[in-house]
Amino acid sequence: MKTFRSIAILILTLIVLASMMGCAPKQPAGPVTIRVLSMEQAGPTVDEMNAIVGEFNQANPDIKVEIEYVAYDALHDKITTAMASTPPAYDVFLVDDIWYAEFAKAGYVMDATSRITQDMRDKIFVSAWDITTVDGKVYGMPWLLDEKYFFYNKKLLQEAGFNAPPKTWEELVEQSKVIKEKGIVEYPIVWSWGQYEAAICDWVILLYGNGGSLVDANGAPAFNNEIGVKTLTWMIQTIDEGITNPASVSYVEEDVRNVFSQGKAVFAVNWNYMYDLVNFNTEESQVTGQIKMALMPAFEGSGVESATINGSMGFSVAATSPNQDAAWKYVEFLTSEDIQNRYSGHLLPIWQTSFQGENLTKLQSYSPANETTVPMFNAQFPYAHVRPKVPYYPEASKALQLALQEALTKQKTPEQALNDAAAKWIELAK
Amino acid sequence: MQSCMKQKFTLTQQDALLGFGLILPSLLVILGISLQPILSTLYLSVFESSRGINAEQTFVGLGNYTSLLSDPVFWVTIGRTLYFTLVSVGLELVLGLAIAQLIHSHPPGWQFLRTSLIIPWAVPTIVNGTMWRWIYNADYGALNGLFLQLGLIDKYIPWLTKPDVAMNLVIVADIWHSVPFIALILQAALATLPVDLEEAAAVDGANALQRFFLIRLPLLRPAILVALVIRTVEAFRVFDIIYVITNGGPAFGTVTISYLTYLETFSFGNVGRGAALSFLISIFTLIMAFVYIRILYRPEDSQ
Repeated sequence: MKTFRSIAILILTLIVLASMMGCAPKQPAGPVTIRVLSMEQAGPTVDEMNAIVGEFNQANPDIKVEIEYVAYDALHDKITTAMASTPPAYDVFLVDDIWYAEFAKAGYVMDATSRITQDMRDKIFVSAWDITTVDGKVYGMPWLLDEKYFFYNKKLLQEAGFNAPPKTWEELVEQSKVIKEKGIVEYPIVWSWGQYEAAICDWVILLYGNGGSLVDANGAPAFNNEIGVKTLTWMIQTIDEGITNPASVSYVEEDVRNVFSQGKAVFAVNWNYMYDLVNFNTEESQVTGQIKMALMPAFEGSGVESATINGSMGFSVAATSPNQDAAWKYVEFLTSEDIQNRYSGHLLPIWQTSFQGENLTKLQSYSPANETTVPMFNAQFPYAHVRPKVPYYPEASKALQLALQEALTKQKTPEQALNDAAAKWIELAK
Repeated sequence: MQSCMKQKFTLTQQDALLGFGLILPSLLVILGISLQPILSTLYLSVFESSRGINAEQTFVGLGNYTSLLSDPVFWVTIGRTLYFTLVSVGLELVLGLAIAQLIHSHPPGWQFLRTSLIIPWAVPTIVNGTMWRWIYNADYGALNGLFLQLGLIDKYIPWLTKPDVAMNLVIVADIWHSVPFIALILQAALATLPVDLEEAAAVDGANALQRFFLIRLPLLRPAILVALVIRTVEAFRVFDIIYVITNGGPAFGTVTISYLTYLETFSFGNVGRGAALSFLISIFTLIMAFVYIRILYRPEDSQ
C-alpha cells in the first residue's frame, strides 16, 4: 500500500512539473526571432537571400531573422506540415501562385489586406497583386514575378547555319533536324517534363501556344480536346525524332540548366534565373557569352504569337504566428523597391516604377544579365498564362502530371491520358 | 501473504511474473510513445477531413477504408510495393549471404572488407538517393560514362524514363544500401556456429555444397529470420530513396504504398484517407511478419 502511495505521489509530481513547463513564459528577453522558409531553386541565390537577411537584421536590432531553404518541390509539403503545430515552425514562408487558394481556405496565411498601402497598390504591377489575392483579400506580398523564357545558344545555332532563333515550334523542329545532321549536338532541345510541377509549366507553354487552354470560362477542364491531343502528340514525336532530349521525361529545371550549361543543347526553356548563371557564371557554365533569349515560339496556324507560363510567387506571414508585425516588417523589407532593384540579377522587381523612365536605365545596369532580361520581361510578360487558382490544385496537378507522363512513356494514348486527367479534375471540383 | 503466493503460482509462473515485472517499465514507455499516435491515427482514419486551422471533420466510419480497398490505384500500388520488396530483399539476402561467407572464410584483408562494408549502410538514405540520382543521370551520370568506356553502350541511355526500368534501378540503389546490413548480421551468426558438426560431415564425405545447404544454412535460420523480418518491413515501407531518385515517376511507375500515403496526406491534404492508408500498411506488414515467423521460426532453434 505504501509503495502504491509513493508511486502515486511521484506520478502527480511529474504531471504538475510537466504542466508547469508548458506554461513557462514564452517570450525570452532580446530580439524577436522570425523564422523564414524560402527555396533554393530559381530566383535569387542563397548568398543573395542571406545578404538581404543580413541587411534587415542590421537595420532592425529588435528582430532576428533566421532563414531556411528547401527545394521547390518540397516547399508546399513543408509548409503544410509546419502549420500543423502551434506556434508554427515558420513565421514567414514563400508561397507559389497556385497554392494561395488552398492556403487561404485552410487559414494558413495571414490576411494582409489592411496592411497594403495605397502607394504600394499604385506602384506594383496589377498582375502581381493577382498572385497573392484570393476572393478580394490580399494574403501576402508578391515577390518573384517570373515566367519561363526561351533560351538559345547563338554560337551553336550559327554553326548550324542559322542567324535567327525559331519563331514557331515547327521552325524549331526544322532547325533541329539540321543541327542533328551536322552533328552539333545529339539532342537540340531539353525540357523539364519530369513528374513534377515543372512538367505542367512546360505543358502550359505548348498548349496555350497552340491556341488551347487548361480550363474554360467556367473553370472546367478544357485540355482534353483536339488541341490538347495534338500538342501532346507533338511532344512525343519530338522525343521519337531525337529532337527533344529523351531524358527530359525525368528532368526538372536544374537538370535543364546543367545540360544547357554544358553546351549539350542548343535550345532550352527555363525561368529568368538561368540566364545569368549560364551566360555569365564561368564556375557554373561552359558556354558563357554564347546564350541569348528570344520570345517563346508558338505553333503555326494557331493564331498565337507567343505563350508562356506565369510562375510567380509571394511571401506570406503564417496566420498563427505570434509575431505577425515583426514578420510582416521583414516581408515588406524583402519586397521593397530598393531591395528588389539592388538584387535583381536573378529576379525582376514587382514594382512597375522600376521599369519607368530613368529607373529603367538604372535597373538595367544593376547586373550584366539585366541588360537582356529586363527588355525580355517586358516583351514576354503579356503572353504569360496563369494556372487555375483552386484549393485542390496540388491533387489536380498531380493527375495531369501523371497523364502527361503516361503519354510520354507510351503507357496510354494522349487522348486516353488527357481524358482520365480531365475526369479527375471534374471529380475534385465537386 | 507470501505462503499464499507460493501455493498459487508454480515456479514457471513465478518466472513469467518476474519477467513481466522487468519489462513493465519499458513496456509503459513504448505504449506511451507508440500507442497514442496509433490511436489518434485510427481516430483520424474514420473521418473525412479537410486540411487547415479549424478544419471540418465528417465522420465516415469505414468509408476511407472501403473506398481505398475498391480503388484500383491502391492495388496496383500494393503490387508495385510487393515487387520492390520481394526483389530487393531476395537479392539482398543472396548477396548478403555470399558476402558473409566471404568474410567468414577470412581472405586476406577481410577485416578491411568488414569495416568498409559499413559505409553504404552508414550513408543516410537521402544522401544515398541523391548519389544514385546523379549516377543515373542521362547526360552527365557516372553509369553512362562507365558503360560507354567499357564499350557496353555506344551512346548515353536515359535511364529513368521508363517506369519498369526506373523501378529496377531504384531497387539496385536500395540493394547497395542494405546488403551490408544483412551481410553483417549473417557474418556475426556464422562466427558463432559450431565447427565440429561440419568437420564431422566432412569426415563422412559431405562435399562443400552439401555442408553449406544441409548444415550451415539450417543453423543460420534464426539469424536469417531476424534479417528478413526487419528488411521486409523496411522495404515494404520504402519512401525516401524513391522520393529523391524519381519522385514517384515516370508515370507513377515508382509510387509505392508509403509514397501514396505521403501524397494523400501531405500533398493533397486528405488526412483521413492518409491515416487509413497508413493503417492498412501496418496490417500488411503485420501479416508479413506473421508469415515469416510461421515459416521460419522453430522454438527449438532458440534452445
